[in-house]
Amino acid sequence: MSEQAHATTATYLRIAAILVMLTLIEVGVFYVPTFQALLVPILLVLSAIKFTLVVMFYMHLKFDNRFFAFLFGGPLLLGVAVVVSLLFIFYGALRLRTGTRFPGIDGICIPAS
Amino acid sequence: MIKTSMGLDSRKMAFWAFIGSECLLFGSLISTYLVYKGRSLTGPYPHEILNIPFTSFSTFDLLMSSLAMVLALAAVQRGDMKQGKLWLLVTALLGLVFLGGQFWEFSHFVREGLGLTTNLFGSTFYVLTGTHGAHVTVGVIWLLTHWVQALRGKLGPANAMTVEITGLYWHFVDVVWIVIFTVVYLIQ
Repeated sequence: MSEQAHATTATYLRIAAILVMLTLIEVGVFYVPTFQALLVPILLVLSAIKFTLVVMFYMHLKFDNRFFAFLFGGPLLLGVAVVVSLLFIFYGALRLRTGTRFPGIDGICIPAS
Repeated sequence: MIKTSMGLDSRKMAFWAFIGSECLLFGSLISTYLVYKGRSLTGPYPHEILNIPFTSFSTFDLLMSSLAMVLALAAVQRGDMKQGKLWLLVTALLGLVFLGGQFWEFSHFVREGLGLTTNLFGSTFYVLTGTHGAHVTVGVIWLLTHWVQALRGKLGPANAMTVEITGLYWHFVDVVWIVIFTVVYLIQ
């Protein structure tokens, strides 16, 4: 695959429009009480879509040599693994030590403040 | 242009490796924020001071700066330096608007009583968003350097790769903000 081939200006504008729409949906979902139960998964999915669009089209990974995708994707997956592992280690250790139950891990809802 | 044995531009390959290392830096800062999330013993707490409409505007601003960056690169690659200069300047200005917003936000938080050492939220929030802001600052300086180069006629299609590398950095700063906006501001 060519290292130089990039998207057209029209594609860049379409991607920008999609990114703005996704951001508006994110903020909208945040304020709608109906979505509170599913807020975290919805926001994570929307964020992942925005992340992917920027990386694939604006950073040209979709069009560039796949080795660049490997150079970026490898450490990115490692970074995500670090985040997930630390969360499990921290909350797992805390739960064992104190017997505390956590929202999202122990199937309980977040209490209203 | 120096090519690697794979026929790829060595500067671009090195920069992708650098961006990969940045993923680990921000991964560690984000995990630190998440591990200490909700564990502050004193206020101010996130839901008391985070301003979602204001930060949504900052997010919109940074997304538009990414659009301006790809338009700048496309213009430089086709040799349209008039458009190239314009979009480089627009990208830098949008970056400055973001930094101004972050400065205002930090000042507001300090006035509300949230300092770097006030509580766990303050420490992790300022370190994470401040590191991102430092990256934006470097990006703005880099973009303005290209703009001055273009004004002096020292930037053109022959060295478009330098603008492309700057663009990679700028878009990476944008994707990091996409994650921070969701994890810090929206998932409270």
